[in-house]
Amino acid sequence: MSAHPLIMGHPTSSPEHARHALLYMWRIRKFEEAVEDLFGRGMMHGTMHLSIGQEASPTGMCMALTLQDQITSTHRGHGHCIAKGADLTRMIAELLGKEIGYCGGRGGSMHIADVETGNLGANGVVGGGIPIAAGAALASKMTKKGTVAVSFFGDGAMNEGAFHEAANLAAIWKLPLILFCENNKYGMSSSTEKAFAIDNLAERGKGYGIPAVNVDGNDVIDVYEQAEIAVKRAQAGEGPTLIIAETYRWKGHSRSDKNLYRTKEEIEEWRELDPIPKFTAKVIKSKLLSKEECGAIAQEATDAIIAAVNESVKAKPADPAGLLEAVFKKVSV
Amino acid sequence: MSDRMLTMAEAIREAMSIAFDERPEVFLLGEDVGIYGGAFGVSGDMYHRYGAERVLDTPIAELGIVGAAVGAALSGMRPIVEIQFSDFTAQAMDQIANQAAKIHFMLGGALHVPMVLRTPQGSGTGAAAQHSQNLEPWFASVPGLKVVVPSNPADAKGLLLSSIDDPNPVIFLEHKLLYKIPGREPVPEGSERIPLGVSKVVREGKDLTIVATGIMVNKAWEVCEKLSTEGISITLIDPRTISPLDMQPVYESVDKTGRLLVVQEGPAQAGFINEVIAQMAGSASFGSLIAPIMRLAGMNIPIPYAPQLEKAAVPQIEDIEIAAREIVKNWR
Ligand SMILES: Cc1ncc(C[n+]2csc(CCOP(=O)(O)OP(=O)(O)O)c2C)c(N)n1
Ligand SMILES: [Mg+2]
Repeated sequence: MSAHPLIMGHPTSSPEHARHALLYMWRIRKFEEAVEDLFGRGMMHGTMHLSIGQEASPTGMCMALTLQDQITSTHRGHGHCIAKGADLTRMIAELLGKEIGYCGGRGGSMHIADVETGNLGANGVVGGGIPIAAGAALASKMTKKGTVAVSFFGDGAMNEGAFHEAANLAAIWKLPLILFCENNKYGMSSSTEKAFAIDNLAERGKGYGIPAVNVDGNDVIDVYEQAEIAVKRAQAGEGPTLIIAETYRWKGHSRSDKNLYRTKEEIEEWRELDPIPKFTAKVIKSKLLSKEECGAIAQEATDAIIAAVNESVKAKPADPAGLLEAVFKKVSV
Repeated sequence: MSDRMLTMAEAIREAMSIAFDERPEVFLLGEDVGIYGGAFGVSGDMYHRYGAERVLDTPIAELGIVGAAVGAALSGMRPIVEIQFSDFTAQAMDQIANQAAKIHFMLGGALHVPMVLRTPQGSGTGAAAQHSQNLEPWFASVPGLKVVVPSNPADAKGLLLSSIDDPNPVIFLEHKLLYKIPGREPVPEGSERIPLGVSKVVREGKDLTIVATGIMVNKAWEVCEKLSTEGISITLIDPRTISPLDMQPVYESVDKTGRLLVVQEGPAQAGFINEVIAQMAGSASFGSLIAPIMRLAGMNIPIPYAPQLEKAAVPQIEDIEIAAREIVKNWR
């Protein structure tokens, strides 16, 4: 299951674009469901942070990016990785601790990176990727590469010093950076109401001189349109943009979450706002795709995940023998 | 003596509750310590018993949280800070190492920082390199910090109570894998303290002395049990506080056994256990050794994710067993 060719552009600009947006949202959904299943069956260890319900945000953002544009991601990073074009087999293989996994079994779910698609890595540290993305944007600016960097992070990360320091650097240096916050309303058990004294997280942009917008994070079209504007600003040398994508995580924070801090009703309400049927209905209505085509796209995603799981299960487990040599990159002479 | 077999999470919660009841100035702050009950369930129901005024849920902001604890501690409160994983003390290191640790000394004794920072550490959960470190030497190398590493529920309770009493900053390192398992010994009721800076002789033998910290004490215990059936008897010493470090029982034991094996989870390079070796090398008991000192420690690598890799990265029971057998057999 090699990476799909990335398609850039507005999700409703052609049937191919609509197909891509829908396929990638399904790929993320089905991937996360497979992870939950592997976990449940005791085939995967460690922990998992699922992004079910949030698929439109990374999909819409990444449709505005080239393969060379860079991203940094989070502990809840499978969606970003897939949307940027990563190989599903190498992802699943990593979760299963296999040699062919993206990190050779050394990193697991929270550390998948894919240099070929510009993914500088998920991160176990909340906020850890934000200054790194600023640094990638700085390198792009210094070398006149013309690429942009996007940092995906959660609402919770906006209270870490890392966010504030990176935002200021990006603003004063006018870096080609997009600060993409997936506001899923909670950082573990802390609601945004409790963790912020402002109602709209976009207000944070002002203090740094960074334009900020709110988007419907469950609407791949809305996400794309604002992402495109932000990318253009970055490319024009006008500096960073803060995007606040309003969304929701359906599942618990991780496997140990008992959901004591939110109500079943709230979860149900957000499940109604599922980004996938929303977009599906739109493209069928506008005759970009037929109902049958949409069904086939969902099936294609499912098949791709099943194939990735089957191939990964058969792959060779990572071998402890090379661990010591893996710490440093060899100094070339 | 009661026969209450608590887990380490329960014992720590009990110690915090006793301190909450004894002193109104004690409070707990940290990420998800409230309704969630703590990422590892340590604060549990304390939010419901003591309320949001004393069990403070914080935003994700480690530097701010620890700094606020330092400031409150300077101003008459006795904060207990929970950092969700010890790895994220990195975010707060300025407040820990530059502020809390130095204030009393640097300010000529004008102020002091009665703060406890509790945090889970260690590998074995498949959470990979940024959630699994053993950071004992980070803290043990900073003058001005006391560092406690409990290996069982009963010690955790008594040591935590002493840590909260202490007028200085104390880093309290709890191993995640120990949270959910009961100790070998019951946890006494009441509020008895275990003093900081006193090593514990866990069991006594005549052939070998093992010094181990945290979870390695439990692994070494298994080895002591097994080898005792083969006629090898081992003294096991748990320093419990790695700063200040009490070496006296180690000297006394080595004088009898002549052999020393030291075990830690963290990487060998510049590890805490090297301090035990250094102090032994400079002591009068060095002459009692009939075997070279043997060191077992983690590999000099970040903790990997896959279970088979993670296992290889830190000493396992079998590794300790092989080392113990070797040193006793080869040096007579
Ligand atoms: C520096 C740091 N502090 C705490 C944690 C533990 N932790 C992991 S994810 C998380 C919540 C993050 O919330 P948010 O940024 O909103 O992302 P979400 O989980 O909602 O996607 C916390 C507290 C961490 N990994 N890193
Ligand atoms: Mg969140």
